[in-house]
Amino acid sequence: MMDFQLAWRNIWRNPRRTTVILIAVIMGVWSMIFLGALMRGVVAGMVKNGISTLTGHTQIQQTRYPDDPSVMHSIRDPQTVAAVLPKALPSGSHWTMRVRVNAVAANARHSSGVTLVGIDPDSEARVSFIGHSITSGKYLKAGEGNDILVGRALAEEFGTHLGQKLILMSQDTRGQIVSRAFRISGIFRAEMESTEKQFVFVMRRAAQQMLKMDGAVSEVSVVLPQYKHARQIAAALQARLAGEDLVVRPWQKALPLLTAYLDLYDNFILIWFVVVFIAMGFGIVNTTLMAVFERMREFGLLKALGMRPRRIVKGILIEALLLLLCGMAVGNLLGWLSCWALSFKGIDLSALAQGAEYAGMARVIFPLVLPRDIFSANGVILGLGLLVSLYPAIKAARFTPVEAMQHY
Amino acid sequence: MSIDLKMAWRNIWRNPRRTLLTVLAIAFACVLLIFMLSFQFGSYATMINSSVRIRTGHLQIQAQGYQENRKIQLVVPNPEAVGRMLDRIHGVKAYTFRANAFVLASSAERTYGVMITGIIPDREARVSTLAHTIQQGRYLSDQPAGDGMPGALIGRLLARNLKVTVGDELTVLGQGRDGSVAATVLKVRGIFASGQDAIDRSTTQMPLKAFQSVFSMAGAVHEAVIMGESLTEVPAIKVAIARKLPGIPAEPPLVVLDWTQLMPGLQQAIHMDLISGAVFYLILIMVVAFSILNTFLMSILERTHEFGIMMAMGAKPGRLTRLVLAESVSMTLVGILTGVIAGCLLTWYFMAHGLNLGASSEILRQFGIPSVFYPHLTPLTATAGPAAVFVITILAALYPALRIRSLQPVEAIGHA
Repeated sequence: MMDFQLAWRNIWRNPRRTTVILIAVIMGVWSMIFLGALMRGVVAGMVKNGISTLTGHTQIQQTRYPDDPSVMHSIRDPQTVAAVLPKALPSGSHWTMRVRVNAVAANARHSSGVTLVGIDPDSEARVSFIGHSITSGKYLKAGEGNDILVGRALAEEFGTHLGQKLILMSQDTRGQIVSRAFRISGIFRAEMESTEKQFVFVMRRAAQQMLKMDGAVSEVSVVLPQYKHARQIAAALQARLAGEDLVVRPWQKALPLLTAYLDLYDNFILIWFVVVFIAMGFGIVNTTLMAVFERMREFGLLKALGMRPRRIVKGILIEALLLLLCGMAVGNLLGWLSCWALSFKGIDLSALAQGAEYAGMARVIFPLVLPRDIFSANGVILGLGLLVSLYPAIKAARFTPVEAMQHY
Repeated sequence: MSIDLKMAWRNIWRNPRRTLLTVLAIAFACVLLIFMLSFQFGSYATMINSSVRIRTGHLQIQAQGYQENRKIQLVVPNPEAVGRMLDRIHGVKAYTFRANAFVLASSAERTYGVMITGIIPDREARVSTLAHTIQQGRYLSDQPAGDGMPGALIGRLLARNLKVTVGDELTVLGQGRDGSVAATVLKVRGIFASGQDAIDRSTTQMPLKAFQSVFSMAGAVHEAVIMGESLTEVPAIKVAIARKLPGIPAEPPLVVLDWTQLMPGLQQAIHMDLISGAVFYLILIMVVAFSILNTFLMSILERTHEFGIMMAMGAKPGRLTRLVLAESVSMTLVGILTGVIAGCLLTWYFMAHGLNLGASSEILRQFGIPSVFYPHLTPLTATAGPAAVFVITILAALYPALRIRSLQPVEAIGHA
């Protein structure tokens, strides 16, 4: 305990110098925590968007559907899946069944390729973005089989609006081209313009009738109370559905690009931590060295009085430790405060919306503080900080009493 | 060398270890900034070039409004006149014409809605790299094959979805420029893999002549696609074309768009990356500045006695401030010089050998970027970072230097 008291008093022998190096450490820690959280926020936005844009945490599809998303590769007997799900999923999970096929949308002015999604409005609303994204008109409702929901960008492209007709064309299960007219009953907005242009939503029953699917569905999408469990639960579901010609994929497999991004960002963040540390490491070494050389006489005297070199090293390291701990405490607090301040409104990228979309980012970035990042940031600083302080500490321990006492 | 500078230089080497650490901190910041900026600019150039080469070209001439609303009626009616004009514009390396339509493409088993583009094969090959990514079969030719059926080039993913391969027939059904039904049968000649899934999933190409007759284009096209000698010449070419365009009659009038207008997302993504990069670099430089501020501060505080004597001998506080600033500046300059040399050498090495980011190649493939990166060292990337380091370091040095002004000789000499 006395060691700590001594070290604490030593570092405040020169308050100005200590304050300056503390500011460097505080800025370093703050930037690690804050910018790390922003980077995490960017990726989390991408993942959240990917999951709510119909992927869900886990998907069940016919084995060949992921490679060839055709109406021919449907889940013929969704009841089997429906019977298994309540038993296999943790409580708090939600799931929905969909028809999802490529189609052509056309009106008098324009035509383009879209993805036709047939949904059960109530269960879909608990699983994907569409339930809470209608900005004009209304959401789908049972019994209104001719209604269709389209994105704002698609409506603009087609020069159409609420109440107007849109023809959908696709191939049915027999390979025939079928078409059906729908009436636009709602317009939705999505995070990405490409989502608004790609998806159109109709009642599941209407899609099944149009495509002669006879009760079959394209996929079952599941959201879990804890997205981290997606892999285990997908594996468990796959085991229960063995022999059914179905494939169960967690979001990590359904969105390989995002998973790759997550790994990439892990590396980016660690590199950023180390780079910031090096920048302040020079300062830590330099300041500690100055403090050591000023006290050369003192160390010589202590040694002459019989103090072991090991104890001197320990003393200097404790000083460095206290300095780092102070900086870390304030830096973490500031980092956490800035994340908290931003957590209400986020950083709005609407001014650069097209760029955000190009990079696959959400329009608003919210910082995301992960315990793992806090640990590695503080670990890097503490670990490397003590490591570089060894140099001045050993230097101090090597002063011989005679040469040190001559120093004035 | 004036006496002040000589003194400053000697003063900074009174404590070589401390000076060395400070110089290293500054050099480290410079190396990092030079490399990262060059890396960023290099990857922008790669991204722009690969996107530009696969699809959009550096510039396009289109009918006004076609970019936002790709209606088949919005045409460039007289491509010959546009071609004659482009032949006379300096800096244009190659150009070609394209026409696009949305069609239902059916194979024996499947039907999909796709964009079909009419191209002039030999001209297209000089503008776009798609011709080099043919995986199966071969590229289109201007001459129809022996069976008289126009050829088609389709993307790898589209071929998989349609379940067709080279030699299979593809029926396309769409609407012509005059509103008539446009239908024809194409024979798949080649399958390409551009590396960008969005393109491989939706692109079909056929010879422009056949396209024009099927879609009743009456000789018109939708885009004149232009490649300049280099990216830097694009603005000049754009100005030259814009000056000549009113001479070509068309309704709606023709406009010239550069790649930033053709791909606004790419331009903004680059801006976003630059801004976020600047925030990171600024914070990094600030951390470095505070970490070396102690060196500047200490070199003054421990010399209070010395300054007192100098003042007693008649040195004005202003001269001492200048002396101290000269010390800080020369220390910073040594660091920056070391950093610039090391940074340029490092960047230069990777410029020649490339930096392999193999782990993330799938992501990069989606963006149409190769997995090996080449940083691009330019006068700007070599100096912008070090200049920022210089400014912030000197700002840090000002605080201790200005403290000298409040020094009183007698008290200062008394300072141990």
